[in-house]
Amino acid sequence: MDVQLLTYIIVGAAFALYIAIALWSRASSTGEFYVAGGGVHPIANGMATAADWMSAASFISMAGIISFMGKDGSVYLMGWTGGYVLLALLLAPYLRKFGKFTVPDFIGDRYYSNIARLVAVICLIFISFTYIAGQMRGVGIVFSRFLEVDINTGVIIGMAIVFIYAVLGGMKGITYTQVAQYCVLIFAYMVPAIFISILMTGNPIPQLGFGSKLLTEDIYLLDKLNLVLNDIGFNSYTDFNKSKIDIFCITAALMIGTAGLPHVIVRFFTVPRVKDARTSAGWALLFIAILYLTAPAVSSFARLNFINTVDNTAYTDTPNWFKNWEDIGLISWTDKNKDGIIQYRSGNALEKNKPQFTSERGQYNQRLVLNNPSSNANEIYIDRDIMVLANPEIAKLPNWVIALVAAGALAAALSTAAGLLLVISSAVSHDLMKKTLKPSITEKQELFLARISAATAIIIAGIFGIYPPAFVAQVVAFAFGLAAASIFPAIVMGIFSKRMNQYGAIFGMLSGLIFTATYIIFFKFISPEYNTSEYWLLGISPEGIGVVGMIINFFVAIFICSITKPPPVEVYEIVDNIRMPEGDK
Amino acid sequence: MNNEKINKYSYWKANLKIVSILLSIWFISSFGAGIIFSDFLDKIKIGGFELGFWFAQQGSIIIFVLLIVIYCFLMNRLDKKFEASED
Repeated sequence: MDVQLLTYIIVGAAFALYIAIALWSRASSTGEFYVAGGGVHPIANGMATAADWMSAASFISMAGIISFMGKDGSVYLMGWTGGYVLLALLLAPYLRKFGKFTVPDFIGDRYYSNIARLVAVICLIFISFTYIAGQMRGVGIVFSRFLEVDINTGVIIGMAIVFIYAVLGGMKGITYTQVAQYCVLIFAYMVPAIFISILMTGNPIPQLGFGSKLLTEDIYLLDKLNLVLNDIGFNSYTDFNKSKIDIFCITAALMIGTAGLPHVIVRFFTVPRVKDARTSAGWALLFIAILYLTAPAVSSFARLNFINTVDNTAYTDTPNWFKNWEDIGLISWTDKNKDGIIQYRSGNALEKNKPQFTSERGQYNQRLVLNNPSSNANEIYIDRDIMVLANPEIAKLPNWVIALVAAGALAAALSTAAGLLLVISSAVSHDLMKKTLKPSITEKQELFLARISAATAIIIAGIFGIYPPAFVAQVVAFAFGLAAASIFPAIVMGIFSKRMNQYGAIFGMLSGLIFTATYIIFFKFISPEYNTSEYWLLGISPEGIGVVGMIINFFVAIFICSITKPPPVEVYEIVDNIRMPEGDK
Repeated sequence: MNNEKINKYSYWKANLKIVSILLSIWFISSFGAGIIFSDFLDKIKIGGFELGFWFAQQGSIIIFVLLIVIYCFLMNRLDKKFEASED
C-alpha cells in the first residue's frame, strides 16, 4: 500500500478513537469541565500530563533542532524535563490541597485581590496563545506533507477535531483523549527510533544505541559524527558553541517556565489527593523521559544519516523525500559551483537564510529561489522542523512507519492544543466572568460560557496557525520566558512566604512580565538586526531572559511587600492549610 | 504554642529540609554536571559518551525522575510520622 493511503487509514483510525472517547466522557458540570471532577487516577493523569506537555515542538521540532545544535541543544532536553522537579517539589501538592479550579483562582484567593487575579488571567492568556500558535502550525505541516492537503485546510481539520472533544468533554474528555494520544505518540516516536538504532548500531535500545559503535565501522557513532562534521566545516557535535551563561539561562528559563505553565499546573488539580499530585508528577516525568531520552539519540542518527545521504550526491540521484520536502518549500538546493552535485557545508546557503521560491525550475528540475546565494560553499537550506518527520524516509523504513509518525505528530499537537484551549476557556468563563465581572451566573450558564469561550479560542488559535508568527519551537520558547517571569514566582511566594501581600505579588508579576516581553519583542520584532550577543544584556539571549525577569519579579515583590501592610489573618490560615496534606480542602 | 501548632511547625520544617536537599541535587546534576563542569567531565569517556555531554543530554533527566520518586517516598513517610496523611 502506498504511504498516503496508509497515512489516511492510521490517522483516520486515531481520530475516530479520540472522538469516541470524547463522546463517552462528556462533562456535565463545571467541576468536570474544569478539572475532570478531581477523580483522575495518578497514572492516567501522568500520561495525560505527558501528552499535554509534549507538544508539536517536542515531537516534531526538538530532535531536529538538537541535531543541528549538538550539545547546545541540551538546553531543551534539560529545560523541558527539569521543570517537573520544581513542579513536584514546590507547586503541585500545595495547589492540589488548595483545591480550586484554575491558577488565577489561587492567585486571586491567596492575594485576596481581583486585580491580582486579573493580572494572572492576562499572563495566562498571553502565554497560552503564544504556545498554541505553534501547535496549529505543527498540525498544518503534517497535513500538508503527509495527507497532501493545503496547510490551511490541515489547520481547519485539526481545529474541528479539537473542537469536538474540548468543547463537549472539557477537562474530562481531554484527559482521557490525552491518555490515548500519549500511547499513539510514544509508539510513533519509538518505532522509527528503534528501527534506525538497529540499522545503524545494531542496538535495539535507541537510548543506548546513541553511545554504541557503528555497524559499518569500528568507531563510536558520536565520534564518527564529530569527524564527519569537522570534515565539512562544522564544529564538533559534542561541544558547546553558545556561551555558558546563555546556556545556563535558557535552561533555567525553560525549567522554571515549565513549572509556571498554566496548562501543566492545572493537570494536578484533577487528581483526588495531595499524595496523588506528587505521585502523578513522578509518573508524568517518567512518561516524558521515555521520549526525551530517545530524542537526543534520534538527533544524532538523523544528522549522520542526512549528511551521508545528501552530501556529495548528484541532485538527480536524491531520494524522493528530498524532492517532496523541496516541493513544500522546507528544503532548497542552490547549485553554486554548477556541478549538479549537492554540497552540504556549514553556514547559511542563501542570503536572508529562508528561501523565497520562484515558480521556475533549474536544469536538474530543482526549484529556483529569488535569494542571492551566500558566499560560502554550502548549497543546502533545510528547515530544522522536518528532521523527525523525514527521518523514517531518510532511513528507508517501511511505509507504515512513516504513516505512524504522521499520526504521532498530530497526537502531540492536538493534545497540547486541547489542554491550552481548556485553560484559556476556564480563565475566561471562571476567572473573568464568574469570579470578577458577573458572580451571579448559575453553574449551567458558566458551563455554557466555558464552551463558548473554548470555541472562540479554537478559532483564534486556527487563525494563528494559518498566519504563523515564526517557526514552531521558537514561538514556544517565548511562552516559557513569560511563564517563568510572571506566574511561577507569584505561586511560589504564595506558598512559601506567609508575609507576601497583594501589592508585592501584583507589582512583581507586572514588572517580570513587562521586562521579559519588552526584551523579547525588542530583539525579535522591533530590531532583529541587534539580536546578537554583543547587544544582549549580560550576553543572555531573548530565549533565556525569562530568568532575569523572574529575579526582577522576586526583588520587586519582596521590596514592595516590605513597605506595605501584611496580608489579613485569613490569608495566613489559607497558607497554613495548603502546607498540610490533611484537613479541609 | 499548643501541640497542634508545634506539630505543624516541625512538619513544615522537615518538608523544607527534604525539598532543599533534593533541589540541591537537581541543581548539581543539571546546571553543575550538564553545563558548568560539563567540559571538564567530557574528558572522562564511558562507552561512546563523553560524560559531560551524557549528563547534559540524558544523565540529568534520569536523575530528575529519581528525585521525584525519592521525594514521594520521603513525603509519604513524613505524612505518616506526623499523621498528616489524608487517609
